[in-house]
Amino acid sequence: MELWNLYQNNYLIVFVFLCLGVLLPVVALFIGKLLRPYNPYDAKYTIYESGNEPFHDSRVRFNVRYYIFALMFVIFDVETVFLYPWAVAYEKLGIFALIEMLIFVFMLVIGLVYAWKKKVLKWI
Amino acid sequence: MVEELLHSQAGIFNFGVFFLLAVVLLLVVLGFVTYAILAERKVMGFMQLRQGPNQVGGRWGLLQTVADVLKLLVKEDTIPKLADKPLFIIAPVIGFAPAFMVMATIPFTDKLQFADLSVGLLYYIAISGLTTIGMVTGGWASNNKYALLGGMRAAAQMISYEIPLVMSVLGIILLTGSLNLNEIVAAQENVWFILLQPVAFIVFLIASVAELNRIPFDLPESENELVAGFTTEYSGFRWAMFMLAEYVYMFAMASLTTVLFLGGWLPLFSFLDFIPGAVWFALKFTVVIFLLIWFRSTFPRIRADQLMEFGWKVLLPVALANIFLTAIIKEVMNLF
Repeated sequence: MELWNLYQNNYLIVFVFLCLGVLLPVVALFIGKLLRPYNPYDAKYTIYESGNEPFHDSRVRFNVRYYIFALMFVIFDVETVFLYPWAVAYEKLGIFALIEMLIFVFMLVIGLVYAWKKKVLKWI
Repeated sequence: MVEELLHSQAGIFNFGVFFLLAVVLLLVVLGFVTYAILAERKVMGFMQLRQGPNQVGGRWGLLQTVADVLKLLVKEDTIPKLADKPLFIIAPVIGFAPAFMVMATIPFTDKLQFADLSVGLLYYIAISGLTTIGMVTGGWASNNKYALLGGMRAAAQMISYEIPLVMSVLGIILLTGSLNLNEIVAAQENVWFILLQPVAFIVFLIASVAELNRIPFDLPESENELVAGFTTEYSGFRWAMFMLAEYVYMFAMASLTTVLFLGGWLPLFSFLDFIPGAVWFALKFTVVIFLLIWFRSTFPRIRADQLMEFGWKVLLPVALANIFLTAIIKEVMNLF
């Protein structure tokens, strides 16, 4: 019961930090709203393009490489999800777990080498 | 008193007390940001053989940042007509909130810590990754070509360097057997992890500079090519929120580096332990901050292709090798 309370309180603090993190921008922007001037005209509300007239939508298609890097990120992030508990419990698991993890990481490294050879990691 | 409160039933009263304490921390952090910006400008000034700010607030320019913040507060706020308004407004909040949230779990001294989570390190890493979303949202919502490029670069860079950052820390977890930051500091009683894990420290330092979007890795807002990156369309206090997030994150990252590698509040030599832990923490923290400022005035910005290739081809294999080297050495040590 005691520990449960401690646990709850610790996550309550995290929640407090979340509230403050959201409140600070909101309050600061609200105070700013009371202080700052407001005199709009059309030219102010155009998009900045180094002085040119902005032309068509900016949400263009972007390089597919970003997508491939995102995929690589997902693979290696999932790998770290497995590595973390392994590292914490390593004392108890011993050499067997080490070999298992080496095999697991080796398979992912093959993927990295493959991507490397396929020039996926080359940014143009 | 706080100890009792932590063990009592969680409720609205606890919430209020924690809230007030967190507000105090927030004010301390804002004070830090104010003077970190000044310190950065001053140190960079001296490194480039010039004065830095020296007009507002006496010879040392002590009120320069305060004046800058006031200027931003009374600046007109424009949201472009073509921008996606809800996303545009919410982006600085998404950018800032995680930067402050990670602070909840950092132990400043053995007494002064907010949430003593058993998964403190994991919490830090998980939450700090969210800042990227704020940047991409800001870049996307602006409907500006520079902003979109900056936002996409921010995403690519931060996810690429997140992996080595997370993996470099694994060596420490192997040695400690815990994700709790207090236990990690306690494990450095005899030797700091910077000596036991030098490779991890170097990888962590490089990756953390990249995560902070500071020179030499400040491609998301490289001002000579992308105007101001993802903040191009932001003005006034909305822009200030992004900058604030950056410096708050710098505070958090420097604290984490201190806790993980420099022994947190532990003294340099055990006979120096009459000096309070807070002073030790502040000293080490200042060294890390100075290092970050020093980097900024020393290194040129690297190119986008170099950045990505360095992250994936150098840092990631080195970090992976470090994990297994640590595990094997630990296993060999156990044999004897």
